[in-house]
Amino acid sequence: MLNAIIALISGILFGTGMIVSNMVDPTKVINFLDITGHWDPSLAVVIIGALAVFTPCYHLFIKQRRHAINGKEFNWTKNTKVDGKLLLGATIFGIGWGLVGICPGPSISSIGNGSISTYLFIASMLCGMAIANLNINIFNKKCSS
Amino acid sequence: MENFTPWTSLLGGALLGLSAVLLMLFSGKVAGISGILNGLLTPKKDDFLWRFLFILGMASSILLLVPFSIELPTVSGQPLAFIIGGLLVGFGTRLGNGCTSGHGIVGIGRFSKRSIIATCLFISVAALVVFLRLHVGAL
Repeated sequence: MLNAIIALISGILFGTGMIVSNMVDPTKVINFLDITGHWDPSLAVVIIGALAVFTPCYHLFIKQRRHAINGKEFNWTKNTKVDGKLLLGATIFGIGWGLVGICPGPSISSIGNGSISTYLFIASMLCGMAIANLNINIFNKKCSS
Repeated sequence: MENFTPWTSLLGGALLGLSAVLLMLFSGKVAGISGILNGLLTPKKDDFLWRFLFILGMASSILLLVPFSIELPTVSGQPLAFIIGGLLVGFGTRLGNGCTSGHGIVGIGRFSKRSIIATCLFISVAALVVFLRLHVGAL
């Protein structure tokens, strides 16, 4: 029950953050990425705002705990290796992000906008994830050898 | 910088940070949206409901903001661009194990080397793609 309530509250806070900061507007994201154009640093300030809350809370209240309040282990990755898979994945994600100015968080937060473009993006993104899941073993092998 | 909105960006960002703190402190989960979504595609026992509720909360948060006369902007453009963009974002975030939230907020906040490098890389690549599109006329 605690898990369910926390998940719902965190989801609402996350969506609200995306909407309040207007990251749900792809034009605003593109303007951040358009450094040589009419540059809009807002997205950087969003990340700074998020880090200003998350970083101290993590290092003061979470890091030294052996498990979360619900008794479960923390599920962050133990992997610390910068490998080809990470670099290739981040590059491919960057190309897609630069193409339309939408990443996963804003796409879900803007589901209520009634725009076909948003729904096309979300459906394609889920397909992209499924394709990656089906082929992940190939990349795991290639990048660890 | 006529479009710069520092205060709403800072406030929105703080809400994202608070969301990530709550989810991790109480449930031990990383607030990475691509990862949460992907778990819905590959459901495991006792691991579906929280993901579904998080996504439901995100998707419906606009309902709480309507009384403050906040509206979602409509999105339009070339359908093919959204299809290709979506495929690349979905594929890339799985291969790279995270997106702007998982790497850019939770990972960087934890001082993870992988996340710092991934975030610098995807922002640089996206900026390059935008430069090529808007200023070189390519793509």
